[in-house]
Amino acid sequence: MRSEGLAILCPMHLLLDAQGYILQAGPTIAKVCQPEALVGKRFLDVFDLTRPRAIACFGDLQAAGAQKLHLKLRAAPHTALKGVLVHPSGDDSVIMINLSFGISIIDAVRDFELTNADFAATDLAIEMLYLVEAKTAAMSASYLLNMRLQGARIAAEEQAYTDTLTGLKNRRGLEVILSRLLKQNASFAVMQIDLDYFKAVNDTLGHAAGDFVLQTVAQNMVAETREQDVVARVGGDEFTVVLSEVNSEGVLRKIGQRIIERVEKPIDYQGHECRISASIGTVWIQPGEMPEISDILSDADVALYASKNAGRAMQTLYSPDLRKSSNLVGPQTERRQ
Amino acid sequence: MHGLVNRSFQLFVSDTFGREVWERSTQVAGISFVDFEGMLTYKETYTPRLIEGVSTILDRPAAEVLEDFGTFIVSHPKFEAVRRLLRFGGVDFVDFLHSLDDLDDRVRLALKNLNLPNAALHAAGENQFLLLCENTINGYCHVMIGVLRAMADDYGALVLLEHRGTQEDKEVVFITVVESNFAEGRHFSLGGGAYADAI
Repeated sequence: MRSEGLAILCPMHLLLDAQGYILQAGPTIAKVCQPEALVGKRFLDVFDLTRPRAIACFGDLQAAGAQKLHLKLRAAPHTALKGVLVHPSGDDSVIMINLSFGISIIDAVRDFELTNADFAATDLAIEMLYLVEAKTAAMSASYLLNMRLQGARIAAEEQAYTDTLTGLKNRRGLEVILSRLLKQNASFAVMQIDLDYFKAVNDTLGHAAGDFVLQTVAQNMVAETREQDVVARVGGDEFTVVLSEVNSEGVLRKIGQRIIERVEKPIDYQGHECRISASIGTVWIQPGEMPEISDILSDADVALYASKNAGRAMQTLYSPDLRKSSNLVGPQTERRQ
Repeated sequence: MHGLVNRSFQLFVSDTFGREVWERSTQVAGISFVDFEGMLTYKETYTPRLIEGVSTILDRPAAEVLEDFGTFIVSHPKFEAVRRLLRFGGVDFVDFLHSLDDLDDRVRLALKNLNLPNAALHAAGENQFLLLCENTINGYCHVMIGVLRAMADDYGALVLLEHRGTQEDKEVVFITVVESNFAEGRHFSLGGGAYADAI
């Protein structure tokens, strides 16, 4: 075939003589390597053969016959190439190697400033470049959308788990935290806190005062607990504190006492003094215990009612004995259920 | 309709005429939200209602608005990806015109759910062509005219475009390429896309 025709069909072909010297190079491979670096040079000096591997000299390559080649430019940018070797005249006198970029096409078009004219009309390179670019644009648009949706989902979840009056976790948020702790088989304590005399504030000073007191109490509870603890508002004047990593009953008693003292400090609402207190029932979950969330909350309630019955403004730690005695005051526990 | 169409139209209207015009257009169109997402799918009826809404508020014929829209999506820097993808179609403007035959297939390859009407190029004499657009999307032909006008600029070609109405439910655009290399045109390199950095 005449070389002009070959240049159109295979713009990245090389013709070699029997000793492996390059006789002729197609226009695109010549553009990539510079023509003076090709014609007259030895093929294996310009290209580093990566497959087949066991090729020491050009004779080995000749003997290997027609097969797929993987190569790299020895010169920078060491572009990877694919190739195939044939003997167009049926003997060893002339060897033809046709090259292609394969997957390195993306870098190659940039590195060598290739244009449509550098590829054979039948080559799918342009379509491939088009597709990569189109898909990348579509993917990045999808990615941005997903980011926005994820942000919105997180905000919605956050909202669903938050008590809007106080900014504390709500009952749903509390349940998520408790189930996470139970899954981790962690040691933690749950304090059920009921405000005492809160109804009097609401009744005498109105709901706005009540809301103000709840907000203040919420802030105080957060202040009196540790960073890793969680405070939730689970009902009108009911709060739950989850304390993680508790080592001793002493710590629980101390924190409970602090909360009660803080809650008892008079709150000023528009010149009116609001005085309330708190009763606390606490359950301490030891590692290895596998209670249900409902059991924990029910035990905490039993302890809370023991505090209420004993005169309020105190904390009771749950023990199974309490449940027996609380059965005697059954109606009160039922009221809360 | 693919969200990309509505989203692009939204960007065109807000960018060209202001956000307020867009917001009023969505109201006139009876759509309860304002912002479209490119990668979601919306009711087919939204798009024609939005076009009508914009046309009403601006008191300009829909055909004119759509033509400007076509020019916008090719020439605005935010839509560089569209220009580049179209430029893959051919080395010069006439080559590009021939690639329009495959445009709907190419677009579908990139975005499976974006079904553009088919367009077919017919030679109509020396440097003259007829582009026959299926009218499955009302007004698509006018968007194409805007796209062709902007692409001619991009290639540096001098062309005349004329909408010749509808023939057998195909809209006809008459194209005369007065000069292929009239001006410098804008630079395009195969490896210049954003993906070169993304990879």
